[in-house]
Parts: sequence; structure tokens; C-alpha cells
Amino acid sequence: MAPVAPRSGDAIFANIERVNAELFTLTYGAIVRQLLTDLEEVEEVNKQLEQMGYNIGIRLIDEFLAKSNVSRCVDFRETADVIAKLVCSISDALSISLSGLEQQCNVVGFKMFLGVTASVSNWDAEGTCCSIILEDNPLVDFVELPDTCQGLYYCNMLSGVIRGALEMVSMKTEVTWIRDVLRGDDVKLLKQVPEEYPYKDDECFMLKKIKISKHLFKDT
Amino acid sequence: MVREVSESCLDSLLTEVVSCYCNRFYPNKHDLAARRIEAIGYQVGHQLSERYTMERPRFNDHLEAIKFICKDFWLELFKKHVDNLRTNHRGTFVLQDNKFCWLARMSIDPFADSGKSPEDITSPTAGNKATHAMKMHLYFSCGILRGFLSNLGILCAVSADILTLPTCAYFSLSHTYTEITL
Repeated sequence: MAPVAPRSGDAIFANIERVNAELFTLTYGAIVRQLLTDLEEVEEVNKQLEQMGYNIGIRLIDEFLAKSNVSRCVDFRETADVIAKLVCSISDALSISLSGLEQQCNVVGFKMFLGVTASVSNWDAEGTCCSIILEDNPLVDFVELPDTCQGLYYCNMLSGVIRGALEMVSMKTEVTWIRDVLRGDDVKLLKQVPEEYPYKDDECFMLKKIKISKHLFKDT
Repeated sequence: MVREVSESCLDSLLTEVVSCYCNRFYPNKHDLAARRIEAIGYQVGHQLSERYTMERPRFNDHLEAIKFICKDFWLELFKKHVDNLRTNHRGTFVLQDNKFCWLARMSIDPFADSGKSPEDITSPTAGNKATHAMKMHLYFSCGILRGFLSNLGILCAVSADILTLPTCAYFSLSHTYTEITL
């Protein structure tokens, strides 16, 4: 059977059922607000948002893979299996295949579900770390963070979704926020976790880092 | 152009919120979980009422407001109208939706409880547990309606019921003069 070409995010988004984004935005906002009321600690809320996102992501990846015809996952498994047995000579191939899959997952995924275009950039030398930039995030429409919640990662659910989704395709990742317009325009570089590759012969597990930076242009 | 997101985003989010509150935060305290879920819906309904009634004149009476909900509000949220509206003309309204989209994809697993034999399916407890789980999802919509109406100055209690599993939902709005506090 000839391999089916992956569909673009726009094409998929045009064909799936869609709902009003305002309802989604306001629901997310109400959830964050209720979590803040119930849990009171901003760190705890961040953690719960990430956990909820993770639970969503592990299911959303099925729909993503079914609808987008991303076939490279199968290749990636084989590639990663080979890579696990070699050391660094094929790291270029690794970065290409991983970056390809991630680019597809993230760029197509964001378009397909949230209806926004994301871009991937800032790959580091080993190809294990990249930035995803969301120019226009529906979650933060109408949102301003009060001073009491400055430690809050408002969109932490997104990082959980990405982590959950990628874990289901055998990529263990860490997702951290770099820049967030809701918290002010300062560039906050989070602590760098040393990169490790826990290769296992029979499992295709790669520890990677994806830093997400989100730029949002405020409406003037 | 109205901005849109995929339906599965919202479905996943709601399912996860209900699961989180019922299983993680308040595992054996369904009342508390229900109140929180309803409070989230209240917040959403409150804000949506401002957005959707901005450009129209004030409602003359409660019936007009309810009709607005049945037609325009339901259309914005669920892309369909409410199928049936009934009232007793004494402050109670019943809205019936024959295919409520947030319930439409739910199924009930009669063997959900381990150790139950097939003969127990017809027992009231098995059906009740499944219905109870589905009702937790309805609290959010009840909250939306209550929030929407409260911002229009109509204080009421909203409750929902499932008639023909799993796709029919009733929302009874009973007009009260005391505000329900959570």
C-alpha cells in the first residue's frame, strides 16, 4: 500500500467539527480561576494544570495520529531503535527524524486542535532541544494576570498536553516555558536540565527537552 | 469571523475537569465536586451573557430571556436549538435537548463494576452509578445556565436530568428569590 501523505493542519481543521473558541477560552479561564480558589498555591495550580494537560495529551495523540496521517512515527521507532545501539555517529539522522516528527506533531497539532499556527525554531546543536512559538494563543484571549498570581504558568496545560502526547510516541520530554507575555515581557531563562540520553536497548526512549516560548502580541 | 477550535479540545477539557474533581480532588465527596464543577460553569455563563447580549435590548420578561437561551445561546454554543421548551407559567421552565452534544459520545459500561454478574445489570444500582457519572458532566452546563441568567438579573436554580440515555437532557429552571451560595 502506498504511504498516504501527511495532511496539513489547515486541511484537517477545515474538516473536523469545531466549536466557538470563546467558550473554550472562557472555560479554561474559569477552570484556572477555580483551581486557584481551591488550591490557593500557585505552584500547586501549575502542577495540576500540567497533570490535566498530560491526561488530555495521552488521548489527544490518538486522534492526532488518526486524522493527520503522520506516518513517520513508524519510521521513528525503527530509527530510534537503531540509534539506541549506536552512539553519536548518526546523531544527525536522529535530529532530523525527531525534529521532523516533532515539527509535524507540534505544528500540525496546534493548527488542528487550536486553529493556530505554531512555528518551531531554535534547535540546539545536538537537535534535542527546540522552541515552539505560538503567535496567537486562543487560551489567553481576554486574560490578564493579577499581581497575586505572577508565578502562574497560565497555559501550563499546553505543556502537559505536549508532554503527554509525545510520551505516547516514545519520546520522553520536558516542556518548560521561556517567555510568556502574560507574565511580562522579560525573558526568563529557566534552569537548564543537563541533557541525558537514557538509551535502553529494547525501548525507544529519548530524553529530550522542548522549551516553549510563547510570544503574544497584545492588541493595541 | 468567529474564532474556532476543534470540538475535541473542549470535550477533552471538560472530561478531564470532571475526572479531576471527582477522582483526584474530592474522590468520595461528590457534592463538593459537583459544586466546584457548577461554579466553573457559573463563571463561564456569567461572562458569556455579557458577550452575547451586548448588542440587543434588555429582556422584557423571563420568558424572553429563556427563549433567547433556547435559540441564540444554544446556537452559539452547540450549533443547534433547544428541541423543546415547556413551562408551568409559575416560574419553572424545562428545556429539552434531544442530542446534547456533551453527552452524545458517552457510553455506559454495564460491567464497569468488577465482580458484578450480568444479572445485576438490571439492578437499580448499576444503572444508577452510570447515570450518576453522567450527571456530574451535566453540572457544568447547569452552571452555565445559572450564570447566564444571574447576569441578566434572574436568580434561579438549575437542575438537569437525563431522560433517554444518553442523549436527552432536561434543564429545569426554577425561579427563586434567594441566591444560591456555593
